[in-house]
Amino acid sequence: MYYSKKTLKRFKNPEFAGEIKNPDAVGQVGNPRCGDVMKIFLKVKDDVIKDIRFKTYGCIAAIASSDMMCELAKGKKIDDALKIRADDIVNGLGKMPPIKYHCSILGTQALKKAIENYKRSRK
Amino acid sequence: MKKIYLDNGATTMLDPNVVKAMLPYFTAKYGNASSAHAFGEEAKQALEKSRAIIAKSIKARPDEIIFTSGGTESNNFALKSIAFTNREKGNHILVSKTEHKCIMKTCEWLEKQGFNITYLDVDKQGFANPDELEKAITNKTILVSIIHGNNETGTINDLKKLGQVCKKHNVYFHTDACQSYTKAEINVKKQDIDLITLNAHKIHGPKGIGALYIRKGTSIKSWQHGGDHEFGMRAGTENIHGIVGFAEAAKLAMDKKHIAYMANLRDKLIKGVLEIPEVKLNGPTGSKRLCNNANFSFKGIEGEAICGYLNNKGIASSTGSACSAKTLEPSYVLMAIGLSPEQANSSLRLTLSRFTTQEEIDYTISVLPGIVKSLRKISPFWKE
Repeated sequence: MYYSKKTLKRFKNPEFAGEIKNPDAVGQVGNPRCGDVMKIFLKVKDDVIKDIRFKTYGCIAAIASSDMMCELAKGKKIDDALKIRADDIVNGLGKMPPIKYHCSILGTQALKKAIENYKRSRK
Repeated sequence: MKKIYLDNGATTMLDPNVVKAMLPYFTAKYGNASSAHAFGEEAKQALEKSRAIIAKSIKARPDEIIFTSGGTESNNFALKSIAFTNREKGNHILVSKTEHKCIMKTCEWLEKQGFNITYLDVDKQGFANPDELEKAITNKTILVSIIHGNNETGTINDLKKLGQVCKKHNVYFHTDACQSYTKAEINVKKQDIDLITLNAHKIHGPKGIGALYIRKGTSIKSWQHGGDHEFGMRAGTENIHGIVGFAEAAKLAMDKKHIAYMANLRDKLIKGVLEIPEVKLNGPTGSKRLCNNANFSFKGIEGEAICGYLNNKGIASSTGSACSAKTLEPSYVLMAIGLSPEQANSSLRLTLSRFTTQEEIDYTISVLPGIVKSLRKISPFWKE
């Protein structure tokens, strides 16, 4: 099979799919022309990510990467969450076809964007 | 779980009768058709009987049929060999913007060899226009290649009118008929076609076998060199079991009642799917659409994800989305009919066969709305 079992499981039942009402920050990256857009919603308290949700337009890998990224980020201090790398997402999903690797990068970019927006709003 | 195969545009199940026809050629009648003994004679007879069946299916002569390894080889053979055999006459080749990838890649290669390629626009439903074709022909044009039935949009081009234009200007006309063979009329007596690509695995025959029809008198030389097989046009020991399977598949598929059966199911499927909000059918409707093809764009969601959820429900489908397995570009065919990259990325192709049942179509129509709804629920582009 093209995708790992873990990827397909997350794609089938993404735990973090959805949105947060009155989020503390939102970050969106990607372009539907290229096939993937991720939008991240954050709830932050004392610099810790209390809740995180995603909405994603994209393929199986994009949806699974979004979900994996949310799981890795939840409960982390925002500065630690910024250290999540694409490889962490890929490792969490088992493996990823090389051509889909950009989906995991997009996941980290979406999170970064949301955190940047959060920091900006606090200034 | 049910397993439903709606990806017959990719490949088809072998008809069990095809398998039955092929079996003796693996372990009993396994001779080389070039050999001068009883085994060879048996193989030779099977080869020529099969050739006659394929020829008859398009009203051609048997010696106008060259067996190849399939659609890709036939397309490569037709374009490259016509180009090089006729380069004294000119170096211009015309193809449509909706050709199969193997035509496009062959053209890219020919460009590097000094040929000029013009990519002809199609209309919003995917049809190549004979008047536009005529305008694009120059005194350097040697070949026109336009797909018959499109693999993505299901559009069936008018071979008769396109062929007339080519004949008028004394330009060779090739068509890739892999998707349309046995599903739309191909008749070389009525249509002015010089070369036709055919294959077996889209019509419930085996993979790895196809044919190229070459009209008698066409200026074309062998492209694959070796022995004197296939009238000296294509060297290599004939794939007899494949050829027997191809002929049996063609014979079984020629029954016209299959077209009406598939078209009826296709239209039920289209009607059912279009009841979902914000869905668009890509390509034409009615008899100018391949009887087994349906292609949709679903607003706000991505094609591969739809395929993924359909797969979870046991349904095999395909997409023209950028995320489809091997490319990161949205389908150039869907873009050529005027879709935005977003719409092309949101496409789903469902392709039927004569073995598809009413129950399978009903089941597909019943599960698709839920899949679309759940994907839209997690889409940043969808507002309830």
